[in-house]
Amino acid sequence: MRPAADPDAIRTTTDPPPAGTAPGPAPRKRRGALRYFRRRLGFYLFTAWAAVSLNFVLPRFMPGNPADTLLRDLQDQTGQAPTPEQVHTAQTFFGDPTKDLLGQYLDYWKNLAHFDFGVSVTNYPTPVSQLVGQALPWTVLLVGTTTVLAWVLGTALGAYMGWKPGSRFDAIFAPTTTFLHAVPPFWLSLVALWGFSYKLGWFPVGGGYDPKVPFSLNNVWFVLSVLKYGALPACTLVFVGFNGWLFSMRNVMVTTVSEDYVLLARAKGLAAWRVLFKYAARNALLPNITGLAMAIGGILGGTLMTEMVFSYPGLGLLLMKATTGHDFPVMQAVFLMITLAVLVANLIADSVYVLLDPRTRDEG
Amino acid sequence: MTDPALLQVDGLSVDYLTPQGSARACSDISFTLRRGEILGVAGESGSGKSTLITALTRLQRPPAVTSAGRIVYHPADGEPVDLVAQSERALRRRRWRQLAIVMQSAMDCLNPVMRLGAQFTDVLRTHDPSLDRAAAWQRAGELVRMVGIAPDRLPAYPHELSGGMRQRSLIALALACDPDLVVMDEPTTAVDVVMQRQILAQVLRLRERFGFAVVFVTHDLSLLLELADRIAIMYAGRIVEIGSSADLYHRPKHPYTKGLRDSFPPLHAPLRELSGIPGSPPDLRDPLPGCAFGPRCPRAHAACEQAVPPLRTVEAQDVACVLYDPQNPEATAHA
Amino acid sequence: MLNGILRKWNVRIGLGIFALALLVAFLGPWVAQSLIGWSGHQVDYHAIGRPPGHGHLLGTNTAGNDVLAQTVLGARGSVFVGLVSAVLATVLAAAVGVPSGFVGGRYDRVMTAFTNVFLTLPSFALTLIVAGYVQGAPWLMIALIIAVFEWPGGARYLRSQTLSLRGRDFTVAMRMVGETRLRLVFFEVMPHLTGIISAMFLRAMVAGIFAEAGLAFLGIGSTDTISWGTMIADAHSQSAILNGQWWWFVPPGLCIAVLGMATALVNFGIDEITNPRLSAAGRRLVKKFHAARAAGRRAAGPAAAETAGRST
Repeated sequence: MRPAADPDAIRTTTDPPPAGTAPGPAPRKRRGALRYFRRRLGFYLFTAWAAVSLNFVLPRFMPGNPADTLLRDLQDQTGQAPTPEQVHTAQTFFGDPTKDLLGQYLDYWKNLAHFDFGVSVTNYPTPVSQLVGQALPWTVLLVGTTTVLAWVLGTALGAYMGWKPGSRFDAIFAPTTTFLHAVPPFWLSLVALWGFSYKLGWFPVGGGYDPKVPFSLNNVWFVLSVLKYGALPACTLVFVGFNGWLFSMRNVMVTTVSEDYVLLARAKGLAAWRVLFKYAARNALLPNITGLAMAIGGILGGTLMTEMVFSYPGLGLLLMKATTGHDFPVMQAVFLMITLAVLVANLIADSVYVLLDPRTRDEG
Repeated sequence: MTDPALLQVDGLSVDYLTPQGSARACSDISFTLRRGEILGVAGESGSGKSTLITALTRLQRPPAVTSAGRIVYHPADGEPVDLVAQSERALRRRRWRQLAIVMQSAMDCLNPVMRLGAQFTDVLRTHDPSLDRAAAWQRAGELVRMVGIAPDRLPAYPHELSGGMRQRSLIALALACDPDLVVMDEPTTAVDVVMQRQILAQVLRLRERFGFAVVFVTHDLSLLLELADRIAIMYAGRIVEIGSSADLYHRPKHPYTKGLRDSFPPLHAPLRELSGIPGSPPDLRDPLPGCAFGPRCPRAHAACEQAVPPLRTVEAQDVACVLYDPQNPEATAHA
Repeated sequence: MLNGILRKWNVRIGLGIFALALLVAFLGPWVAQSLIGWSGHQVDYHAIGRPPGHGHLLGTNTAGNDVLAQTVLGARGSVFVGLVSAVLATVLAAAVGVPSGFVGGRYDRVMTAFTNVFLTLPSFALTLIVAGYVQGAPWLMIALIIAVFEWPGGARYLRSQTLSLRGRDFTVAMRMVGETRLRLVFFEVMPHLTGIISAMFLRAMVAGIFAEAGLAFLGIGSTDTISWGTMIADAHSQSAILNGQWWWFVPPGLCIAVLGMATALVNFGIDEITNPRLSAAGRRLVKKFHAARAAGRRAAGPAAAETAGRST
């Protein structure tokens, strides 16, 4: 019954070839993807420049003199006059007063290029880069694992709920997630800390590792203590985070399931799992990836606040100490870190999107 | 008409459930489709013709449910089965090998993130596990060539194809597993007139070769006159007239069929004066006790309001109209 | 469409919660003084850090303030910041988004790029760094800072909506008639956006309340008012957890969560109207239908049971 060569085939196709098909599909597509990627990269570089410049501009255009404020606060806190070194640090941090604004701007970039964020005022004379360097891995560990876990968990459950809307599972989860999604993460952290650490005593009350164990990555006990101390903050963050993904994935999935291509996949007699994964969930996933890029800033904010509640030794705790101590150099460095991290996360999400959605590759 | 029956639809009713009550989108549909036959189904939008398609293929989505009737399918080998009573699992084995579908909007029917070829190979390999990847791809190439698409377009994504190519590839896809029945839901509404002619010619040629039967749904009666062996006219969820294309065109019995015929220009006949049908289709949630077409019918009279007229064989076709009721004194007036 | 939305039960409950919050915010001090009997700033020296009961429905904090009275007063601090920041953010979003979508061309390209930069920068970090420099600012200033970084999402959405409205027949027709752009924007385009803008406003208000609470928790919120955020921050900084004083930080957090839920409820209702496919009602009806049939078949006897197992 299979036709070998077909005499009936219509040769006179009226369709014009799609625009720009000259060299055949493969190289064209790769070029399209590359162009898209380059455009996004350019945008993020521009945004990074804007953030870094904002960081330069802000303290210089704030009402009052931040250097003076800083020294006054320092005196209030320590109860003694700041040392001449501290006065110098405070003043030079906001730029060499003898240079003009452009000169200060260029100096600022030069320092950044050497990862020189100045010297902490409250922890004088520790360089800010050292403080940030110590805190950063903790935050990256916490935010990385919890975001991935929450996203995967939420997306998977949401896909299942959206596949069969109106099921008992759906009826129970949809309202609960709505409520949990509306809870401020740092408050939920407080409640979790009170309930699980204070009342039940299942978890340590704070910190990132057991201070009695030698601090070394080669030490199994140290690594275990990191897991033990990180468990409650991580669980809280996953618990807060996955609701949003579940909710958005469910709604996209409900809409996708009623798309014609899913109906056709069912008509084709494909196995249910194939229809679910390759047709419905595969398409419903795309908005959730864009959503991840959009949400990463907020997630990072929530993580930092959670760190403060749990005294977790990441950027959040550093930031809290810096804000209460008016340690502007540290605040600025943390601001830059957060911003750059968000930009990098966005770039990654964009790249994944290009890989998953062929339509982006052809956009001019 | 000596071919054996392929599909016997018997008293099929489909309801749309709403919190306010149900609306009957198809009621008491009965017809027999023979092997290799093309049955056209024509009607205005809202007449229930698309609902009929999803019910026949058991693809209806909530809140639609099949509330009554049977769809008896006669396989080439083996016992007849009632598709309405089949489980989803049992149906899955029949789908595409016996029962394929071509849907309306080709853009939305192809998975946008899958290559065209992959959308052929997955169904080919599902129904024939012995087929390896390369052979399936090869077969996909043969299929698209049948509808005039070069096999080197297989790696393309749907958005890279033109509208006509997508629509034709859907027809090729429907034929992938050599089905007995292909159900087509307005497959030519989204393409221009030239492409429409090509597609119809192709469907006829492929039917000649492979011998599948077709249920072809459209609002365009003139198109069916060219294509179908028999035509069913639907109004308000019921078949009001069914018969051969020629009979229906030259000797329409039901006033609605007449109206429908006279509101389209004929393709290959001298032009007639065109006239529309006044009014609009009725509300299915609140059906009239009598003939649903009554309020719009030029020949309505008291008998029309009493009961829904059943299908009656009148000469060569079946008609649901009291004008052909031998007990009706007005019946003498018929055309 | 607005009428249909207001008839939804979830929208009504959501808006009811908002109305209640506003009422408490405006009448806060009076409610505290006359209904609770404590002003919130008043100190009860006989009850320091007491659990709920004994004349203090929600207990007292370590300073001897009635927690319920503080929560009522805190509504004003939180809701006003949310309200003011939402008004400002919505106005900014409309001022950037609507003209950008309506005028198009180079102006649109520049504004879109500008919006995207602000959309990509984390508003949390921006708010924080600016608020950090103006520590101890009055609540109006805090609201202003929150609003300044809150608008880009709304602006982008309004731009795309305006863009689609611009192409519709009625705007094209009005343009042909020779209406001025300003008139078109205010009398033809804006009325169509009111639904979207109101939903945006509610979201912005809750986002403002969240942001205020976050800033207060960091210790850089306003110092002149009590808000739900400052209550949580005080509880945290004064080791309420280690002292087991859950009644201090649970009520303000719940208030924030309930307001967040209210926006979610309103959004649900709007979604159900604008995207009816999201509703699961149809599926539930189908399920009920099949259950009823299966029951009928069982009652009819085993003869019909063979078809009972099928789905849909």
